[in-house]
Amino acid sequence: MPKLKIEDLARMREEARRATMLREGAGRVKIIVHLGTCGIAAGGRNIMAAVLREIEERNLHDVLVTTSGCAGLCSREPMMTVEVLGQAPVKYVDLTEGKVKEIFAEHVMGGKIAERYALAVGSERAM
Amino acid sequence: MEELALHILDVAENSVRAGARRVEIRVSEEPGEDRLIIEIVDDGCGMPEEVARRAADPFYTTRSDRPVGLGLALLEQAARAADGSLRIESAPGAGTRVAAEFRHSHPDRQPLGDILSTLMTLAAGHPEVEFYYEHRNRGSLRRFSTAELKRELGGIPLNSAPGIRLLRQKLDDALRTADAVPGEEVRHGTCHR
Repeated sequence: MPKLKIEDLARMREEARRATMLREGAGRVKIIVHLGTCGIAAGGRNIMAAVLREIEERNLHDVLVTTSGCAGLCSREPMMTVEVLGQAPVKYVDLTEGKVKEIFAEHVMGGKIAERYALAVGSERAM
Repeated sequence: MEELALHILDVAENSVRAGARRVEIRVSEEPGEDRLIIEIVDDGCGMPEEVARRAADPFYTTRSDRPVGLGLALLEQAARAADGSLRIESAPGAGTRVAAEFRHSHPDRQPLGDILSTLMTLAAGHPEVEFYYEHRNRGSLRRFSTAELKRELGGIPLNSAPGIRLLRQKLDDALRTADAVPGEEVRHGTCHR
């Protein structure tokens, strides 16, 4: 049996961690595509298709995707919510397939919120 | 909404939110009778008669956060525009059946559209729900079941990269190949919510 290197151990640990996460149904990132009637009519299905393509092309095992109903902001559809484990969920609005690609690269993979597409960042100032 | 596959997605999403564990989508094209019928049958919570009767009214909704509910109203409008009609049958605890009928050759009948994307969205978005799809056209039958796919995947989740890849491949095959396997009947069950 060839000698194990430190990198091999790191890889095995990472694989085991991913497998455990999947078993427990807890992904590193949860993505919710808003598919109420308004979201569907605004093109939400294409947003879902773009999300699935990104997961497939990047070979991701730790991103869970699901759908939700109308969030009450019909005029800003298509929308999706990205929730990185341990961080506050971020709602992205007025989405296109191109924006989904950018959000994946920056937020889902890089951990940095794509602020220009987010509904709001930060809290209002007290007077 | 410009294609029937989007209406199907909308109604099936309602089924999932009603706690359905199994959703059947049946498309039946009968050009001889000049008819196209879409049926969505679920085993979710169902609705009392009064709610089912008013479900296609755009200004009726059971939601408390807004006063309109457009999904079934839009489907009914699409059916009526093509000389057709919408029927909703439901009872509490016994699931819901939504059936839309269209005149097949009507110039305003919406195209079926991208059914693959609709089924991908449903199956990957709700891996815990079983989706069954069948499309009958002049005796030919195309069918797809997520239950069969999940058996093939073993423990691999439908919404992970390998699951999505196999889902796309199987759906693509199923929608292209017609056979004559008889469909399955939906089992009405209890409310799972």
